[in-house]
Amino acid sequence: MKRKLMGWAFAATTSLIAATAATAGTLDDVKAKGFVQCGVSQGLIGFSNPDEQNNWTGLDVDFCRAVAAAVFNDPQKVKFTPLTAKDRFTALQSGEVDILSRNTTWTMGRDTSLGLKFAGVTYYDGQGFMVKSSLGVDSALKLSGAAVCTQTGTTTELNLADYFKSNNMDYKVVAFEKNEEVLAAYQDGRCDVFTTDQSGLYADKLKFATPDEHVVLPEIISKEPLGPVVRQGDDAWFNVVKWTYFALLNSEELGVTTANVGEMMTSANPEIQRLLGAKNADGTAAGFGTGIGLSEEWVVQIIKAVGNYGEIFERNVGLNTPLKIARGKNALWTAGGLQYAPPIR
Amino acid sequence: MDHSLAYVRTEDAPILKPPANLVGVRGWIMANLFPNWSNSILTILAALFAYWVLSNVLGWALFRATWTGESRDACVVEGAGACWPFVQAKFAQWIYGFYPIDQRWRVNVCFFVGAAALIPLLMPSLPYKKWNALFLLFAFPLLALILLTGGHFSFGFGAFISFVVQFLAIVAAFLPLSVFGIENGIKSAKPGLILVAVGLVLRVLSYALGFELPAIFDGVSTTYLMALLLMLAGGAWGILQIFGAGNQASRPVLRAWLFGGAGLCLVAVLLKWDFGLEYVETSQWGGLLVTLVVAVTGIVFSLPVGILLALGRRSDMPIVKYFSIGFIEIWRGVPLITVLFMASYMLPLFLPPGTNFDKLTRVLIGIALFSSAYMAEVVRGGLQAIPKGQIEAAQALGLPYWNTMNLIVLPQALRIVIPGIVNSFISLFKDTTLVTVVGLYDLMGIVIAGFADAKWASAQTAPTGYFTAALLFWVFCFGMSRYSQYVERRLNTGHKR
Repeated sequence: MKRKLMGWAFAATTSLIAATAATAGTLDDVKAKGFVQCGVSQGLIGFSNPDEQNNWTGLDVDFCRAVAAAVFNDPQKVKFTPLTAKDRFTALQSGEVDILSRNTTWTMGRDTSLGLKFAGVTYYDGQGFMVKSSLGVDSALKLSGAAVCTQTGTTTELNLADYFKSNNMDYKVVAFEKNEEVLAAYQDGRCDVFTTDQSGLYADKLKFATPDEHVVLPEIISKEPLGPVVRQGDDAWFNVVKWTYFALLNSEELGVTTANVGEMMTSANPEIQRLLGAKNADGTAAGFGTGIGLSEEWVVQIIKAVGNYGEIFERNVGLNTPLKIARGKNALWTAGGLQYAPPIR
Repeated sequence: MDHSLAYVRTEDAPILKPPANLVGVRGWIMANLFPNWSNSILTILAALFAYWVLSNVLGWALFRATWTGESRDACVVEGAGACWPFVQAKFAQWIYGFYPIDQRWRVNVCFFVGAAALIPLLMPSLPYKKWNALFLLFAFPLLALILLTGGHFSFGFGAFISFVVQFLAIVAAFLPLSVFGIENGIKSAKPGLILVAVGLVLRVLSYALGFELPAIFDGVSTTYLMALLLMLAGGAWGILQIFGAGNQASRPVLRAWLFGGAGLCLVAVLLKWDFGLEYVETSQWGGLLVTLVVAVTGIVFSLPVGILLALGRRSDMPIVKYFSIGFIEIWRGVPLITVLFMASYMLPLFLPPGTNFDKLTRVLIGIALFSSAYMAEVVRGGLQAIPKGQIEAAQALGLPYWNTMNLIVLPQALRIVIPGIVNSFISLFKDTTLVTVVGLYDLMGIVIAGFADAKWASAQTAPTGYFTAALLFWVFCFGMSRYSQYVERRLNTGHKR
């Protein structure tokens, strides 16, 4: 998430050329070639990484599988292109990938000037703090006077200054060029606090010699909404991707899971009926799936393949994975989080 | 002789053993490790340092290491060393990348056949060098291409036949040069060459600029037809000319020409043939496979092209000379990362939409051109070491340019620069790790990708992965280095110090 400026500038210079190269009708193209081409990161714990059986796994990966399931009723009909932070936007603009699902932060600059569109926020990330549990600190507001390890020249450093200043706390920065150096310094006890994006804190914690002796504090002091990106000017495809995301959220909200989606199809709840594409009372189709160029049972296909948003979250980064990330801001709005989807109606 | 003289010994004096501190293990130790005080101190310090390094490395890699386990939990232990279960779990992926697991035998066959063909070629005592080299340079790449991708390439046969016909016609127009020598050959081939050149220009015009003559037949491009006829006429002229030279001189040339054409057609059939192999796209290749494919392509391509560029740079012909200089300086003046970025991300933006040009192929071409430029300068270093008198002597004997180079200059020059050439090879082999920046997983890239597996992430995962990758790279590079030293010793005639 840091040092995005370079890739951003690089992509911006090429966006003009790309605007002409992007083809109209990605949904038709995808259907014709028979798979979704999905840009992911080259390896990020919990978000996208290949396992020993050559399968890609992770939250970003599962989102692409959900789109593939919606279009083809087969979560395997997706090919993954690992991209570096620098090339991700070029790859999307040049049509090399159909979706960019690569822990990409939604910012105004990217949304408006790169010829791209963000389809939603699959993970609300933000800068957090980690401390040794022996310190007995349970809130970032108790960190006054702490020495904080961070990377130099990143937005992290600026956010840190703002946060401590606005809360009238003293702190001392111990900054390094590379994340590995920051980690080593924190583990050697050269500082009390380690700060970076919260998902990164959880991932870095796994690499500690004694992971159990560190704790991630609940506060998030910056906004890093991560989500899938598509090309601008292709509304049909944008709708498919956006509503795949909303369908995942709505399914969780209505309690539709991989295990019970079969029974739920006969549910009496009209919201669930609309979600799962059940026939109207007079036997006509509701038409939500076909309305965006998919089949009537598109949500059933998605849920059968990858589960709802909660299932995806728990499977990849949740409390039962090594990462052990709590839902926090990523809980549904009904549970005090930020994940909220418009209704299917 | 008078044997009664008392002061002359009648038998040899007994050979005494040398003093114990001058021979054997003890003698060697005393002479080399402890000859005097200062060296003794240095020896002890060096031994302590060696012990310190070895005990740490071995302690980490062997004694404190974790050997069995199913996940990271086995490696997250206080004071644990290397996490070998991680390597065990990922090793196959490091070799084959994302190649489909049930198709890995195809990669194995390629590795095996390649090794079986390469090793005898490297041993001077074994026979059939020519056939061995031909197999390795032509048959093996074809085999590897078909096996690794699955073959069954889709290209139109009509287009291919047309390509072969044009190619053979162009070559035929040049045939007189090989029969009559350059000067007389050009004289007799001139009309044919002109016809072919006009045909080629027409082809290029119609292909690149969309230039078309008014149609004569429906559905057939007149430009294409004209060009084809011109080239055929040129080729026919060339063949007629060499028939004029008589059977003795023309027959081997004609035979080579015909075999070449037949070979091309055979290659096309093999590439198009459906062997029933599953198609594996290059984005699924990875690990050591990609490292070897990139390195071997770069190495095999860079040496001949580099030699040609080096000769070109020293040539008197201005176009050849300045082309070579331009090529070398442009490619050498650009960092490899930039070349890779251009090849994989900028190129698609400039190509018309829908053009799908395989990423690995683009990278291979980029690396081959890049390494050729470096190789050219290495070879030029060798060329400059050859005294001008050698060339003048060859010219005085009446040897033409190519014979001078092939027989006199290059054998000496290349021998001098063997260390430089192998240096380039080794650095190219290691530079292949840069392909990660364009999203290809070479050995290094896939090792690093494994660190992001939550199942295995631990404090020791990354060190173990890097250690193993370093070992694998070292084995290959050390192998190349040892072989080059062997070749140097074998070819050593008067340069040894």
